[in-house]
Amino acid sequence: MSAPILQVENLGVSFHTRHGEVRAVDGISFDLEPGQKIGIVGESGSGKSVSCMSLLGLIPKPPGRIESGTARFDGQDLLQLSEKQLRTIRGKRIGMIFQDPMTSLNPWMKVSSQIMEPLIVHEGMGKKEAAKRAITALEEVGINDAEARMKSYPHEFSGGMRQRVMIAMTLITRPEILIADEPTTALDVTVQKQVLDLLEERQRDLGSAIILISHDLAVVSTFCDEVNVMYAGRIVERAPARAIFENPAHAYTEALLRSIPANHARDEVLYTIPGSPPDLRGGVEGCAYAPRCEREGTAEHSTTRPAFVEVGPGPDHWAEGCPRCTPTSVLP
Amino acid sequence: MSSHDPLLVLDQLSKWFYPRKFLGEDRKAEPIKAVNEVSFDVAPGEIFGLVGESGCGKSTLCRCIMQLLRPTSGRILLEGRDLSLLSRDEVRTERLNFQMVFQDPHASLNPRMTVSSTLSEAIRTRHPESGGDELRDRIEALLKRVGLDPSWMRKYPHEFSGGQRQRIAIARSLAPEPKLILADEPVSALDVSIQSQILNLLKELRSDLGVTMLFISHDLSVVRYMADRLAVMERGRIVETGDSEEIFRNPQHAYTQKLLAAIPRVGRTG
Repeated sequence: MSAPILQVENLGVSFHTRHGEVRAVDGISFDLEPGQKIGIVGESGSGKSVSCMSLLGLIPKPPGRIESGTARFDGQDLLQLSEKQLRTIRGKRIGMIFQDPMTSLNPWMKVSSQIMEPLIVHEGMGKKEAAKRAITALEEVGINDAEARMKSYPHEFSGGMRQRVMIAMTLITRPEILIADEPTTALDVTVQKQVLDLLEERQRDLGSAIILISHDLAVVSTFCDEVNVMYAGRIVERAPARAIFENPAHAYTEALLRSIPANHARDEVLYTIPGSPPDLRGGVEGCAYAPRCEREGTAEHSTTRPAFVEVGPGPDHWAEGCPRCTPTSVLP
Repeated sequence: MSSHDPLLVLDQLSKWFYPRKFLGEDRKAEPIKAVNEVSFDVAPGEIFGLVGESGCGKSTLCRCIMQLLRPTSGRILLEGRDLSLLSRDEVRTERLNFQMVFQDPHASLNPRMTVSSTLSEAIRTRHPESGGDELRDRIEALLKRVGLDPSWMRKYPHEFSGGQRQRIAIARSLAPEPKLILADEPVSALDVSIQSQILNLLKELRSDLGVTMLFISHDLSVVRYMADRLAVMERGRIVETGDSEEIFRNPQHAYTQKLLAAIPRVGRTG
């Protein structure tokens, strides 16, 4: 194990709304090692995007507020940096890819100037040299006739091609960390596979670490080394990708797996989680999944925030240790 | 397949788009064959799956079935009647027999109409004379049918979650008592746990009300779970059709194999 390049500890983010403080991210911690691919899965509103955006200072403040925590990156705390300092990191050492390439590319600007921008801004490169690098970058992501395509506008590309342009643009500065927020959600399955394969290939070449955010358990499980499952602003389970599907410890992870149609025969009724996610106003005391948990047992749900504990049987398998949600057989 | 006559038959259906020229279409130019000689039939009470990627012609096909586009050639038969022979007025009444459920329930519901006005509008298309208590009873029954609390009928779409909104959209599609529901990617925009609720609901509607459904999706694993039979569409053509489990296990066409290989799988079952 090498030293982590990013160490997030007890990150808490809340939003001030008309109806009260909403605890969107409720004290999460994770480490990212160089070249590692970690995934964050969760449903809408579970806080997966907000936690990554807050690392880069991308949440609007106000209404957003970082309540607690540190995020160590190369000896500095990302959460304490000024906007000016952040700007030297964001887009250079930590890159980000968003879900919809149509809204994250500027429709008014030619692709060429958008790809060259990070080089000119962050590396002070001249236009000619930047253009050369941009063409190579486009070729590396599999865009044919890159020199001519440089002069195109984003709308002249298909969805998959646009996402390739985004990847080329983000990776051109060889970032140490790449945050990909639902990068393939808007794409067709075959294109999704191409884009994921491309990301994997480029990641191997550059040695970047990747944080993949997705609501799709299947995508995360095929792509990542380690999976974090988020619920109600907390990480409820963390394990190597295989282990989480073979031995889900937390009741929520198990429920999610049981509700995927791919795992069911045609005449089986899909499992549905009763109720709806908790109201995060004012934060949640105790086990957040308690009202929806259907796991058999007599143990009471934790009334205080359950500790994040290592569970068995495999190594590096962690879960929130609520006595009811996580079976006692695997608790230490 | 059941021994009944098919409810819907598509017979060599084609929709070609010609480039525009001044006043009309340029019939001499090479057309875009959005739907090209598509044939299949759907039995009453069947869920028929249609799989394909964006741009393969799924939506054009839908719009042809809905009588929103006039097919270039071929026939669409509903219960044995050829829809392309109908007059404009007849088409309008016939269209009530087809209802659509769209992908994005945020966009498909009118944000300025309460649930009850959305549903009463849909009910009145079939029962124009309906009103008062009788209409209210119908709305309540519909809401209960899709698993929503009838007391919420005075609410607006924004007061509901994504899954609840999709339930409202499904209730609206049921309101005119259609013969066929065209569900166009009805769960693609939803979270996994909500997706399973909607899929369960659609299956329930089929078993309880005998609803016939054309279930369109790019996700083969969802279609495999939902549909009895399915057709795989590529560039306007049906490349493979048959029992969905069978296709999933033993795909014949290269394109189906490619689609299947692209699906990311979760590591285990159950």
